[in-house]
Amino acid sequence: MNGKICIKWLAGLFGVIGWVILYWHLEEISRTCVSLLSNYVPILQEGKRAFDSLAFFVYDTPKVLMLLVTVVFAVGIIRTFFSPERTRKMLAGRGAFTGNALAALLGTVTPFCSCSAVPLFIGFLSAGVPLGATFSFLVSAPMVNEVALVLLFGMFGWKIAALYMGTGLAVAMLAGYVLSRVKLDHLVEDWVWEIRGSVRVEEAKMTWSERIEAGRDAVKDVVGKVWMWVILGIAVGAGIHGYVPQDFFVKILGADAWWSVPLAVVLGVPMYSNAAGIVPIISALLEKGAALGTSLAFMMAVIALSLPEAILLRKVLKPKLLGIFFGTVACGIMLVGYLFNAILT
Amino acid sequence: MKQIQVLGGGCSKCIILAEEIQKAADEIGVEIRVEKVTDYKQIMAFGIMTTPALVVDGKVMFSGKVLKAEALKKYLK
Repeated sequence: MNGKICIKWLAGLFGVIGWVILYWHLEEISRTCVSLLSNYVPILQEGKRAFDSLAFFVYDTPKVLMLLVTVVFAVGIIRTFFSPERTRKMLAGRGAFTGNALAALLGTVTPFCSCSAVPLFIGFLSAGVPLGATFSFLVSAPMVNEVALVLLFGMFGWKIAALYMGTGLAVAMLAGYVLSRVKLDHLVEDWVWEIRGSVRVEEAKMTWSERIEAGRDAVKDVVGKVWMWVILGIAVGAGIHGYVPQDFFVKILGADAWWSVPLAVVLGVPMYSNAAGIVPIISALLEKGAALGTSLAFMMAVIALSLPEAILLRKVLKPKLLGIFFGTVACGIMLVGYLFNAILT
Repeated sequence: MKQIQVLGGGCSKCIILAEEIQKAADEIGVEIRVEKVTDYKQIMAFGIMTTPALVVDGKVMFSGKVLKAEALKKYLK
């Protein structure tokens, strides 16, 4: 038994080393592949548009997918330390500001699927987590997620990824804080309050092999779902990269077009399921003159303001509160958009 | 005859879990009756915060994940 575990760990170690070496030389390998191809296919010669598109696609796809697998695996393991039950315990009875800040931070590491939004919402309230903090959690949990961050990091570098994470957290904290300042409890559906107090959940203990299994499951689940969107997104991005003229988007998506930020937010709402494919497209938009603030706002709206989640939350929130919640988050996102458009021009 | 309840608001994961538990029961030859609980008031009465969840004879076995038939067999013994 011990020998088996030893072999497993060794195999894992060699796997990781091989992975790192491959990632390190990925650009070289991709470049060699593209230049080999361009020797044989005349339309793909260097300097031609098709070459630019292909190079963009071949460099970025393996890099982003490798990063995605690594990070989703790691986050899957980290998440086993933060169960919703534990997060709830940490948030119960917190004051306004610390509650919102902590809720937004915990939202990034607590396992969350928007299909569980309703039981989670009730579970939080019934344990005495303030409504405002619950909202902060509900904003940050989907918005600051590992898939979005990996894609931003892979295609724009760490600065933009950090910017997205920082402003995403700020929007979640701020929106929740603003909502906690107003008395809104009566706008939660009445039956939710009846359940109050009757919820009790026991926490399960986990072993390390179970945690690693959870990481593997996360890879299967998340990467299995988004890889197609990522490739499709990079392909569209590659097309724009090679074929759309420089500065094409300056007029409609540039910083001077004041209406571009609200437009980006409105357009982002129905695009929920395509969150993974949206980043590569944005990268190409940015390159051709779209403003960073507008692009960030678009991406946040795509991820955080999702129609399916709104429909689910309608079960526990009266329509007015649902409107207030989404309106506040939308305002926060627009603020981020305008802020970065103003700073960076 | 074991009473199985699958808790969840009707998402695709809940449907898969219900299918997998039926498969597990068929494979080990245990008779079960599967009921899908989709009403949140009833779901919350079990004290869970994540869905889907599996309930066997009134007791919550796990919540917030989908297991394959093979891994579900132990809950039916």
